[in-house]
Amino acid sequence: MSAKKTAYVNKNYLQYVKKLDPPTKHFKNCFAAFGVGGLICSIGQFFRYMLEYAGLSGDELAGAVSVLLIFLGCLLTGLGVYDRIGRHAGAGSIVPITGFANSVTSPAIEFKTEGYIYGTAAKMFTVAGAIIVYGVFSGVIVGIIYYFI
Amino acid sequence: MTEGILEILFMYVKAFVVGGSICVIAQIIINFTDLTSGKILVYFMLAGVVLTAIGVYQPLVDFAGAGATVPICGFGYLLANGAIKGAAKGFFYAVTGPLTAASAGVSAAVVFSFIMSLIFHSKTKRN
Repeated sequence: MSAKKTAYVNKNYLQYVKKLDPPTKHFKNCFAAFGVGGLICSIGQFFRYMLEYAGLSGDELAGAVSVLLIFLGCLLTGLGVYDRIGRHAGAGSIVPITGFANSVTSPAIEFKTEGYIYGTAAKMFTVAGAIIVYGVFSGVIVGIIYYFI
Repeated sequence: MTEGILEILFMYVKAFVVGGSICVIAQIIINFTDLTSGKILVYFMLAGVVLTAIGVYQPLVDFAGAGATVPICGFGYLLANGAIKGAAKGFFYAVTGPLTAASAGVSAAVVFSFIMSLIFHSKTKRN
């Protein structure tokens, strides 16, 4: 089969698949994302008040809140609960910092069978690595720009 | 006393609405494009860095508290804020500032993930 014909068949096939796909439930998805995302942020706010009450402030307070939320995200991923929440909540479970924790923990557990060095440790940063690379790179650019102006 | 409680309740509402709205924006982008979760995380983090650098994100953090810092844009905010604060101290701190500010989050993610990988085994995904 020529390349052109293959492309044509692929296009037809994709259209066929699209026709049979269930339609995306925009409203329901957005509502779930709003509810779950909002709830996670409210939990963060709750930690913030509790730790403020315990006497933390400033950067230490902000850091402690993220650490607690990351711990919760890792634990729920380990227990297999987070993936179940994510199936219904979509972006509501991806965008909060717990989603970042999920993206680190879930490959760490999944690739455990490949060993602790090339499996767990190396695969841990499949998604988080991208975030750290672009985060640090853009952060350094911002720092340099602010230094010179 | 009642005023204080009302203020705290209002803060929760603000955190819920702002945090939820950021997630809805992400959900709309996912619905209309085919971006995977990893790309969404990177783009939102970059958006946080840019918005902080031009000074838009700080007022949002003051307004909504955890509603603005808990989503991944808050991680970008943390990085950019570290860079801006470091730039006031000198060139060296302008370069080390971002990662220093993010160190708590990154260390926590690495340490807890490793502990979880020691405890739990991967489950077959039930769909």
